[in-house]
Amino acid sequence: MSGFPLRRVRVAEVEQVAARIKRFRFVDIDNAPLSQFSGGSHISVVMHSGDRLMRNPYSLMGSPTDTSSYQISVLHCGADSRGGSKFMHENVAVGSELEISQPLNLFPPVRLAKKHVLVAGGIGITPFMSMMNELDALRSDFELHYGVRSLEDGAYCKYLQSRYGSRVNVYRQDQGQMIPLDAILGEQRLGTHMYVCGPKPMIDWALQTAELQGWPQENLHSEQFSAPPPGKPFVVKLAKSGREIAVKGHQSILEALEEHGVDASFLCRGGACGQCETGVIACDGYIDHNDHFLSEAERVGGKKIMICMSRIQTGSITLDL
Amino acid sequence: MTISTIKSRPIYPGLSPDLNARSNIIVCDKAGAAAVTELFSRADATFAKRSTVFIADALQETEAATARKDLAPATLEILPSLSAGIVRLREFLDNAPMGLRLYAAGTEPLIGSVVQAAADYGIDHLSIRTEHRGSLMRRVQCVHCKGFTENVTTNPVTCSHCGLTLFVRDHYSRRLAAFQGVCIDAENPGDVPPMEAIYQ
Ligand SMILES: Cc1cc2nc3c(=O)[nH]c(=O)nc-3n(C[C@H](O)[C@H](O)[C@H](O)COP(=O)(O)OP(=O)(O)OC[C@H]3O[C@@H](n4cnc5c(N)ncnc54)[C@H](O)[C@@H]3O)c2cc1C
Ligand code: FES
Repeated sequence: MSGFPLRRVRVAEVEQVAARIKRFRFVDIDNAPLSQFSGGSHISVVMHSGDRLMRNPYSLMGSPTDTSSYQISVLHCGADSRGGSKFMHENVAVGSELEISQPLNLFPPVRLAKKHVLVAGGIGITPFMSMMNELDALRSDFELHYGVRSLEDGAYCKYLQSRYGSRVNVYRQDQGQMIPLDAILGEQRLGTHMYVCGPKPMIDWALQTAELQGWPQENLHSEQFSAPPPGKPFVVKLAKSGREIAVKGHQSILEALEEHGVDASFLCRGGACGQCETGVIACDGYIDHNDHFLSEAERVGGKKIMICMSRIQTGSITLDL
Repeated sequence: MTISTIKSRPIYPGLSPDLNARSNIIVCDKAGAAAVTELFSRADATFAKRSTVFIADALQETEAATARKDLAPATLEILPSLSAGIVRLREFLDNAPMGLRLYAAGTEPLIGSVVQAAADYGIDHLSIRTEHRGSLMRRVQCVHCKGFTENVTTNPVTCSHCGLTLFVRDHYSRRLAAFQGVCIDAENPGDVPPMEAIYQ
């Protein structure tokens, strides 16, 4: 099921849009139209960095109906990132060719909502770029609350303010400005939905604030940009084929399987969608569940693992594959 | 409430208090009012203070007095019928902000009507806390003439509009707040099983 059709694209434009953020524009290699997508979607970008294979998800920006090109924005995750964002920043330039997956949406706006309150922190602005485009075209009521470290660190502040006017509110940490979420949520009309994307502590804070204000779960939506955390190497045993595969410290189980040509199923690669859920037959190590999918009971049960994000501390694990 | 294999058949998990809601709006009928009293006993007194109860049912004077006593200190309004109750609910929701929690307790037509009205205000049906009390009667839409027959207690039932004999199915429409009724003797007209009073 990893056999999603990949598409070859060429990088048509690269722009430094903030201190550590670059915007990339992709066109089809033969200039064929790309698929339309819906606001909040992302694609996976396949990256071959040395002998490593990575597929990182990145949110699509721009207009969902524009099929001439796709745009993503990538935050450079710092000197200690030997992973994909560094590759995108340092190895990808105009003319580079890459493979991308079809768009996938795990963060769509709710069409029946009366109003949408969007809460973004830092690079978490990206899914809202296409979402606002779509909501604006539908003449849906929305407002954005966007927290940035400074105007140099925050991407698209000026652009968003000029395009959407007073619907966009930017809060600058360097000026001590905080998102006044209590006040914002305190006076929304019935049928409003809140969406939050940003660092995990911000997501937790926003969801909790809304809950304490009596907002129903059904009106709250979040997307976390998680990447599989590295750890120690361990061994995965495949019960059906009898194979043993070594997972390196910087790899996820899914990446290790792919490197060895094992076809495992996935969609989001961020521990959110549930597609990569795999049965655990035996395990002599402790499982670090890094997903947002399994319930507490399932984690304790130890019979399931989300192989895109989770790993074991040491030893070996036998999977129902 | 009966268990069903039909997916659209709603389930009503029972009332539980949302202690974070800034206001609680509760619609019930006579039988449902008992569930509301129990709900209040499961929360603190300030919960009832933050609550507004609409009893949408014809009450005797003594019943109304009992309800006032049992449901205090909530704000209580008694409306003479389900339809009057829904009109009042809509009026209330017209000016309401986020932070309210909606509850419905009573017969299925009452719960269904609350869910149906709430959808117009963008309230997700899953966010409404519901408890079935009292009669099992159903609201049925005839799939042939599209007419609604209210307070159905038997299966099959005669369509109050076109007169066909309808088999009442568990297929439910949230938009219409009604179960589906399908002609039972289409193949052999007149070949009708006895009416059973199964939704008393
Ligand atoms: C739905 C979704 C949407 C997203 N949208 C965006 C977006 O629009 N913009 C954006 O910038 N990001 C986005 N992300 C995050 C993005 O996919 C990457 O996680 C992020 O760019 C970090 O990737 P990285 O490879 O540089 O980071 P790292 O965390 O360094 O790398 C992740 C990969 O590198 C490996 N790795 C980590 N540390 C080490 C190490 N010390 N040595 C060797 N290998 C290591 C990991 O195992 C993993 O394979 C999104 C994520 C999700 C789930
Ligand atoms: S691929 Fe979505 S949870 Fe793993």
